[in-house]
Amino acid sequence: MTHDAPRLLACGNTAFTIEFGAGIDPALSARVLALDAALRARPLPGLCETVPTYRSLTVHLDPLVADPDDLGRTVLALAAAPLPPPATARLWRIPVVYGGEFGIDLDAVSAHHGLAPDALIERHAAPEYRVAMIGFLPGYAYLEGLDPGLALSRRPHPRSVTPAGTISIGGAQALIASIAAPSGWHLLGRTPFQNFVPERDPVFLLRPGDRVRFVPTPAEHWDALCAAAEAGESVAELSEA
Amino acid sequence: MSGVLHLLRLSGAASIQDGGRPGFLRDGLSASGPMDRLAHAAANILVGNPPDAAAIEWGLASATLRAEGGPVRLALAGACGPLRCDGEPLADHRSFLLREGAELTLGRPRAGVFATLAVAGGLALRPVLGSVALHRRAALGGLDGRPLREGDRLPLAGPVPAGEADVGLDPVPLESDRSIRVVLGPQDDLFTSDGLATFLQSIFTVSGQADRMGYQLDGPAIAHGAGGFNIVSDATVMGSVQVSGTGRPIVLMADRQTTGGYPKIATVISSDIRRIAQRRPGEPVRFEAVDLATARTLAQVRAAALDALPKNLRPVEGEAERLMAANVAGAAVDAFRDD
Repeated sequence: MTHDAPRLLACGNTAFTIEFGAGIDPALSARVLALDAALRARPLPGLCETVPTYRSLTVHLDPLVADPDDLGRTVLALAAAPLPPPATARLWRIPVVYGGEFGIDLDAVSAHHGLAPDALIERHAAPEYRVAMIGFLPGYAYLEGLDPGLALSRRPHPRSVTPAGTISIGGAQALIASIAAPSGWHLLGRTPFQNFVPERDPVFLLRPGDRVRFVPTPAEHWDALCAAAEAGESVAELSEA
Repeated sequence: MSGVLHLLRLSGAASIQDGGRPGFLRDGLSASGPMDRLAHAAANILVGNPPDAAAIEWGLASATLRAEGGPVRLALAGACGPLRCDGEPLADHRSFLLREGAELTLGRPRAGVFATLAVAGGLALRPVLGSVALHRRAALGGLDGRPLREGDRLPLAGPVPAGEADVGLDPVPLESDRSIRVVLGPQDDLFTSDGLATFLQSIFTVSGQADRMGYQLDGPAIAHGAGGFNIVSDATVMGSVQVSGTGRPIVLMADRQTTGGYPKIATVISSDIRRIAQRRPGEPVRFEAVDLATARTLAQVRAAALDALPKNLRPVEGEAERLMAANVAGAAVDAFRDD
C-alpha cells in the first residue's frame, strides 16, 4: 500500500508528516529512512527534529522560523525524488529467552498457528529484522521483517503490566520493549538487553535502520545475563557492517 | 551549604519542569516541559531567571513549603489559589522573599490547573539528556525521576541575590471561555463528514483522565470513516487530537506517547496548548478550525507576549500589595480604608 506519490499531511503549525504509504513493508520503511538520512545530512532552516515511523516521516519545526507549508513542500519535493538508501547497516544480535515465565503467550500463539513451540521460536528468530521506528515509550523498538505466517491481531484485552525487555508481536509488527508498560501484544520472550538506560552514555542504543537478529538463549543464562547488563556490559553483540 | 525548599505538605500533582527535553522524539521520548509555557516564563522572569529555568509545576495542587538553610526568593504564576506566608496573605504574579524558617502555603487554584513556582537562581538538580524536566513514564529527570512528594527537600542552586526589589506582572490570562483552535489533519480524511461536524460543532468536556500525557474528553462519539480506527502507528505531536475506537477525542500533551495507532483528526495550534492545559475536568472544550497562516500569526503573538514579560515587570510596594491581596482574598483590612 504505497501511495503513488508521497503525501504532505498537516500536524498543526509546529510539524508536518510526509507519508509514503499506509502499510508495513520494507520498501516503504527504506524510503522513510532515506528521507530521514537526507534531512539529517543537510538540515534545513527551522527544522528541529525528525521522527521516522513505518510509513512516514514527521518533521518538527520552529514555527517562528519556518512555515510548515513552505518547509513541507521543500521536504515533499525531496521525498518524491530518488534518494540513496541509508548507509547504516549495524547489526545487533539480541539474546532472547523464549516461553515459560519469559514469554507467557508462546504456547497459545504456537497453538494458534498450528506450530510446535520450538518451531515458532525458530521462525521468530530466523529473519533479519530492521528497526523501523522507536516510539510510543522511550526506547521501544518496532521492527519490520516478521514472518508473515506469524502475524496475529492483538489480544482483545491488553495486560495492564508487561515487563521491561519483553519480546512480543502484534499484527505484522515485532517489538522489543524497553520499560514495563501495559500491552495488548503477544509475549513470546524476554531479553536482558537494555535499550534505554537514563544513566548510561549513550542513553539509547538501537536506532531506526539498525538490523536485528534474535538469538534464542536458554533460561539458565538469564540471571547471569541480567547481572552483566546491570553491571553495564553489553549483552547484545554489535557488528558494524 | 545552600538552602533548601522543604515540601511539608502536598495534595495534587507537582513536578520539576524546565524548558523540556526536545530532540529525542526519534528515540520515543517526548519533550516534557511546562504545560503552560507562558505561566512558567512569567514566574521565572519575576525572580530574575531565564524563562525556561527549572521550577516547580503544580497541577490542581495545594501545598506548604518551608525555606531552610537560608532565605529564598519566589514567585507563583499561572493558575493560582490563595497564597500565604506564615499565615499572611500574599499576592501571586509577584516576587517575594521567603525568610529562613518561614512557611509558604499555596491553596488549590481558584481557576485553571497549572501554576509555576519559580525559585531565584534555580534548583540544583542533575540534568538528564540536557534537562531536569520530569518525564514520569520514563522515570527521567525531576527529583529521582519521580513527581514531588511530601518530605522532599529541593536544593537551591545558589544564595539569594541580595537587595532585589519585589516586582509584579499582570496575571497570565487563563482564557477559560475561549475556543481551542486546531488545524485539521493529519488524518482528518479518515473521518466521515458527520464525524468532522461532530468534532467542530460539539461542546466536549475534560474528563477525569487528564494529565501531563493527555486530556481525554467526554462528549458525543466522533464517527470514523469506513477504514475504521486502526492505522499503522505514526508520530504524534504536542496537541495531536487522537480519536480512539470509542470515538472519544484525546488531546496529547507534554509527556505523551510519541507514536500512536489511532487516527488524529486535528492538531491544537501551539498558541492554544496552554489554553487547553488550563481546563480542568468537567470544563467545556469547543474546537475551532483555523488555517496555518492564522496559526502562525497567533504563535507570533504568543511569542511576543512572552518576550514582553521582562519589560512589563513593575515594582510593587510590599505592604500595600500585601494588604490588597488580603482584600482580594476577602479578609477585611480596616487599615486599608484609611488611605
